Amino acid sequence: MTQALAFKRPSVIPGFGIAFGFTLFYLGAIVLIPLAALILRAAGVGFAEFLTLATDPRVTGALKLSFGASFAAAAINVVFGFLVAWVLVRYDFPGRRLVDAAIDLPFALPTAVAGIALTTLYAPNGWIGSLFTASGPLGFLFGESGLKIAYTPLGIVVALTFVSLPFVVRTVQPVLEEVDIELEQAAATLGANRWQTITRVVLPAIVPALLTGFALALARAVGEYGSVIFIAGNIPYVSEIAPLLIVIRLEEFNYAGATAVAAMMLGISFIMLLVINLIQAWSRRRFGHGA
Amino acid sequence: MALEAVHMPAADATSASPRAPRPVTTESPLVKWLLTAVALAFLAFFLFLPLVAVFAEAFRNGLDAYFAALVEPDALAAIWLTLIVAAISVPLNLVFGLAAAWAIAKHDFKGKSLLLTLIDLPFSVSPVIAGLVFVLLFGAQGYLQPLVAWTGIKIVFAIPGIVLATVFVTLPFVARELIPLMQEQGTGDEEAAVSLGANGWQTFWRVTLPNVKWALLYGVLLCNARAMGEFGAVSVISGKIRGFTNTMPLQIEILYNEYAFSAAFAVSTLLAGLAFVTLGIKAVLEARYAGDIAATGRGRH
Repeated sequence: MTQALAFKRPSVIPGFGIAFGFTLFYLGAIVLIPLAALILRAAGVGFAEFLTLATDPRVTGALKLSFGASFAAAAINVVFGFLVAWVLVRYDFPGRRLVDAAIDLPFALPTAVAGIALTTLYAPNGWIGSLFTASGPLGFLFGESGLKIAYTPLGIVVALTFVSLPFVVRTVQPVLEEVDIELEQAAATLGANRWQTITRVVLPAIVPALLTGFALALARAVGEYGSVIFIAGNIPYVSEIAPLLIVIRLEEFNYAGATAVAAMMLGISFIMLLVINLIQAWSRRRFGHGA
Repeated sequence: MALEAVHMPAADATSASPRAPRPVTTESPLVKWLLTAVALAFLAFFLFLPLVAVFAEAFRNGLDAYFAALVEPDALAAIWLTLIVAAISVPLNLVFGLAAAWAIAKHDFKGKSLLLTLIDLPFSVSPVIAGLVFVLLFGAQGYLQPLVAWTGIKIVFAIPGIVLATVFVTLPFVARELIPLMQEQGTGDEEAAVSLGANGWQTFWRVTLPNVKWALLYGVLLCNARAMGEFGAVSVISGKIRGFTNTMPLQIEILYNEYAFSAAFAVSTLLAGLAFVTLGIKAVLEARYAGDIAATGRGRH
């Protein structure tokens, strides 16, 4: 009974006090107190003024763009991330190990470098961007004026797809490796064709992993700043993301404005991750164990 | 590949006829080829071409221009500052990671999952917000401004602020690599060491640390790559004073915005090189010490 009430289970291994104390102190000083300062500042603004600041059309426009573009990028990565994971796990081709190692590049390559490289590529005179201009080989697919990628919201989606690319691949890959091949053989024996086996047997097993990957990609993309600002064009109301608006408000020394945008971002992210967690819990019950 | 090997015997058994039917658990060669091509095309557009572009643009004006851009005084100052910031923040987060892993993995206490969530918090906060919170604390109208005035240590628009923001952003890396591994290793080795008369320090130094050394290296590597490449958090708090508070990523931004494209890409090649080294060592560690790095395979970031 006393053990159940105790904060810590007794152990012969020493050093808990100092390790735990240091962990709390460090976490408090670096993360918790600074974040508390943000919440305190947002609360200090007052409810009426906070509402005015947070519902400013420029702020809502930036928030919509940030969350919308992140959603699009995460969705692209669910489709292509699954495909890449499938190809890496199931097929063999020359250079497979190199490609596998390169998946983590967006984790290791600084975002500023990724930003200027993507902008150079997807600009109208860049290697990829020029393919889609009115005079480019693929431009006719998009009407008279072709497709402009860099300096539009589309460019933002490209940059966010880059930074969140590894998340879906790396969460799906280990689960796909564990999928029991005998289940697929059984499905085939029972008369399912390959497409039915994949959609009805393999896919349900990795749905929880896909959702986890989606959530991680979304969370990463929403906060992204470095790779986006170069390719976005940064036109207010059109291609200005929320983190950039925070920076702009700070440069104007408008601390209340910056805090309001930051608080809105944190709040929406929190609600979104909560919803995704609920969906995940549901899918785990529905599809069995996955991620 | 292991998977192919598993169903090869089945294929062999039916290969009495010259054209053996394809195993039921794989796709036709055409579909395979097509899926691989689409996947590689996607990766080419989003991963490989950007990397090629960095080097193509950096060397566009020749080798002399490339090296001239690197030895330019502001670029050198930025490289130096980046190294200093990483040299302070990475060891701090290394010590934190070890302490947190020791408390969480080797002991049982209430609220452990809450603590784990808090350690992961910096991953889900935008880097710009990470910079903002320190401006709100130490800036001109900040809550701790009196402390700044009293000690005379400038934090915002100075190196201490850059270090704080970097430490915030890179805080979880070492801890997240160590905790799952140390949890899986359990407490048996440490209990044996203690019962044989080792003190806490000896147990940690001679038993725990050797068990986790590769995972520790792996965490430090990722932490360092992020510390040297961090842009958003640092850009908010540094003030971007050329030659003084500009790190390499900020220097790249300034050069790019001044249309000094090949100079911006020249500095970028250094950070791209760092990324290559990081991924290279990571691949070697994963191939050779897979079991000693992560408890549940790969894919934890």
